[in-house]
Amino acid sequence: MDLDVVLLSRLQFAFTVMFHYLFPPLTIGMGIVLVYLEGMYLRTREPIYETAAKFWTSIFAVNFAVGVASGIVMEFEFGTNWAVYSRFVGDVFGSALAAEGIFAFFLESGFLAVLVFGWDKVSPGFHFFSTVMVALGGIFSSIWIIVANSWQQTPAGHRIVPVLRNGKPWIVNGVAMMRAETADLWSVVFNPSTVNRLTHTLIGAFILGAFFIMSISAWYILKGRHLDFARRSFTGALLLAVLSSVAQLLSGHFNARMVARYQPAKLAAFEGHFQTGPADLHLTGIPNPEERRVDYSIAIPKGLSLLAKHDPSAPVIGLDRFRPEDWPPVRLSFLSYHIMVALGIYLIVLTLFASWLRMRGSLFDKRWLMWVFVFSVVAPFAANQLGWVAAEVGRQPWTVHPRVVTDAQGEPVLDEAGFVQYVLNEGLRTSAAISEAVRGEQVLASVVMFGLIYGVLFLVWVFVLHQKIQRGPEPVTPGAHTTREGFLRAAEDRVLHEGSLTELKEEGREESND
Amino acid sequence: MIEGFDLPAVWFVLLGLLLAGYAVLDGFDLGVGILHFFAKDDRERRIFLNAIGPIWDGNEVWLVVFGGALFAAFPMAYATLFSGLYLVFMLVLFALIFRAVSIDFRSKIHSPRWRSFWDFGFFFASFIATFLFGVGIGNMMIGVPLDDRGVFIGRFLDLLNPYALLVGALTLAMFAMHGAIYLFLKTPPGRLLVRLRSMMWHTWGIFLVLYLLTTIYTLMRIPRAVANFEHLPWAGGIVVLSVFLIANIPRSIYRRRYFIAFFSSSFMITSLVSLFGIALWPNLVTASNNPAFSLTVYDAASSEATLKTMLIFVLVGMPFVLTYTGIVYWTFRGKVEVPEEGY
Ligand code: HDD
Ligand code: HEM
Ligand code: HEM
Repeated sequence: MDLDVVLLSRLQFAFTVMFHYLFPPLTIGMGIVLVYLEGMYLRTREPIYETAAKFWTSIFAVNFAVGVASGIVMEFEFGTNWAVYSRFVGDVFGSALAAEGIFAFFLESGFLAVLVFGWDKVSPGFHFFSTVMVALGGIFSSIWIIVANSWQQTPAGHRIVPVLRNGKPWIVNGVAMMRAETADLWSVVFNPSTVNRLTHTLIGAFILGAFFIMSISAWYILKGRHLDFARRSFTGALLLAVLSSVAQLLSGHFNARMVARYQPAKLAAFEGHFQTGPADLHLTGIPNPEERRVDYSIAIPKGLSLLAKHDPSAPVIGLDRFRPEDWPPVRLSFLSYHIMVALGIYLIVLTLFASWLRMRGSLFDKRWLMWVFVFSVVAPFAANQLGWVAAEVGRQPWTVHPRVVTDAQGEPVLDEAGFVQYVLNEGLRTSAAISEAVRGEQVLASVVMFGLIYGVLFLVWVFVLHQKIQRGPEPVTPGAHTTREGFLRAAEDRVLHEGSLTELKEEGREESND
Repeated sequence: MIEGFDLPAVWFVLLGLLLAGYAVLDGFDLGVGILHFFAKDDRERRIFLNAIGPIWDGNEVWLVVFGGALFAAFPMAYATLFSGLYLVFMLVLFALIFRAVSIDFRSKIHSPRWRSFWDFGFFFASFIATFLFGVGIGNMMIGVPLDDRGVFIGRFLDLLNPYALLVGALTLAMFAMHGAIYLFLKTPPGRLLVRLRSMMWHTWGIFLVLYLLTTIYTLMRIPRAVANFEHLPWAGGIVVLSVFLIANIPRSIYRRRYFIAFFSSSFMITSLVSLFGIALWPNLVTASNNPAFSLTVYDAASSEATLKTMLIFVLVGMPFVLTYTGIVYWTFRGKVEVPEEGY
């Protein structure tokens, strides 16, 4: 049997990284909220904040645990499945990944232990400090990973040099092995897309964190449980969500302009723009690459030229300026990109509307809207995933995207055949990036294995979350210990519980609830 | 070499330290997982789990950082090793994920069958991960077949050779012993503590036998592993030290100095990792088919500039890492508390 190693490796990478990416944006987004809640508690000493902080921390821990378990795979997958790629980029890319470990992961997992297990082992001040550290760790880790990914999208600050063996170029079959080496670290870190993409990714994480909290809070409001707690959580999260959603549109706009400049083929695929010239903005449609048009399109005439160049008659490079073998998959890029944008606009409308109701004081009476919020958490999950799909699929057929040859004005230079020219020796094609040592059956085996284990992991996650949400927050009020229930809880609290990351002193209560 | 610094060599040592850090720290919690099989009832199992609850995740970060640092400092070796030992590492990853799931899942449904399934999963995943780490180390000791580009050209089954299996078994015994001592420190007085005492003795005995076997096998069959001892006279000192440390473990247990036993076991693991490094040097991946194809530290390294930048990262970052690792261990010091009768 001849299995396609490239295809299988791509499938495996996409599957594992997309699974992983369900969780980090959630923890990054919720981290901010935890810092806010604990900070408020320290300032006001209102028990409701402590209740909220404890509850959301226990939910946070579940998300974090799954994020970590799935992240370890990512760290090794470059070597296992993309060996040629690892040899080519290791000097540049590896440093960012290692920096992530040294500066972010230790910080997060160290202090996470204090966060989850330390409520009555450390002082409230130190607990707050730990929360800040965990939140910071999440942000640090996104910085380094985005640096690494952005460099492979828009490489800068490196040079291509022969690999040496015994001090001499390493020749295999008459060809010298080449690789990218860091020439200027700051240009690598601040390559043309880092800042835009980092902002966009972080805002995406804030939106998801906020919607996750609103979803659970809305459910409590609908069930009439933990009302005070739920309303406060909802209001805080709504504020974060509305600001972030609006900001995301702006940040997305800058992202698109950056893509237009540095990855014109990707932009053309995003927009289904086949013919170079003034470009329309398709609001709907399905690209038809064979016929070179967009079916079912409703478009704003000249819209893309206006957005990308701030000039409605400015020509935008279309896919006709690229050799067919250099085209990204047009349909997938177009659809993922458009759905992400549509979801972004939906989130803006929804959060603005809800904020307006909140100001008029009638938000929590609108049961249908609460139901909308219960389910709307799916939208930012999907937008985060689709954004990455657009970014990564649009980068194809390159793993390391080569620079476009440009003139003094920054406009691409065409070759005699009328195609955009790349600095070819700087790029690496995805089909050439895989591990030569790995056979198709082996990748198939690991794909199946990851499918199974991630399936189980996903079930654990849903199941544990469901339980925690069912059980709800534990009120910390001064009077609680006088009631029978409060007394029982206090007694149970003294029992030390199962030592797992997702547990927050509730083993005993689980018993009484079942 | 800038200012007389042999940066690839420095990084070789740093990676050794990261590996040792991982082996010492995750070593004991993997060991606890292996011994979990021998826990008698639910209360005991919970002591096992609570003993590592807050820290096992942080311990695993050492592996992650080791991977990242290997990628950054020696990308050629990172690519060759992980693609060459593809299935071994995939199974390790599988085991590590499964282990995490088991720890988090076992208590979620109150059915004895459910629990014993995840309990077994926790044991089995710890067992497999440890064993495969050993198999990987064993293969690096004897070398793997490479072509002239440094690409692995062997088959998966060749990786399961007798020497690698022996090192796998040695690693199992070593981590089990290390875990037993750690658990002894964490367990409140009671029946379990008495049994742990005998577990410490047993695992130590098994470890000693396997250690001797591995040493004899290495001396007889892998001549290049001892070649470096001829021009590195201090290397002999590490052998003596490791033997002394191995002997000091039962001595300390006998004299009830359990912390000393734990430190001896930790430093013993570190000394074995150093011996592994000395055996490899100057190779990172030894080619078993043709010595000229081996990836030396110098062939596999990143540029001087990158190694230097990374060194700065480490010098800035690691003091922080050690500080808060210290804080976390200090916060969770002492014996675990578990209600008298299970629930
Ligand atoms: C909650 C998540 C979320 C939301 C609401 C949006 N995005 Fe997004 N988008 C992402 C989450 C995301 C992401 C996951 O963060 C990506 C993937 C890579 C990146 O840098 O950000 C991304 C990528 C991404 C890219 C590709 C960047 C590249 O290829 O390097 C563009 C052009 C946009 N986005 C534009 C938009 C626009 C115009 C939006 C309109 C509101 C929008 N995004 C909403
Ligand atoms: C393919 C690229 C990626 C790799 C190799 C990778 C690697 C890892 C690894 C090894 C871990 C576990 C660390 C631990 O043990 O604590 C992890 C967790 C994490 N990663 Fe990723 N990751 C990738 C993508 C991303 C992206 C795109 C982001 C954010 C934008 C991100 C943010 C995080 C965060 C915040 C954590 C901590 C766990 C959590 O919060 O869920 N990662 N990652
Ligand atoms: C975390 C969110 C991410 C998602 C959802 C994502 C999604 C994808 C998808 C769908 C593919 C397959 C594309 C195709 O071949 O058609 C892919 C490939 C790939 N991505 Fe990403 N990606 C993410 C982040 C990253 C990051 C942070 C890095 C690097 C640090 C990265 C590096 C790669 C590499 C090396 C490949 C394989 C080679 C290739 O197909 O280009 N990705 N990713």
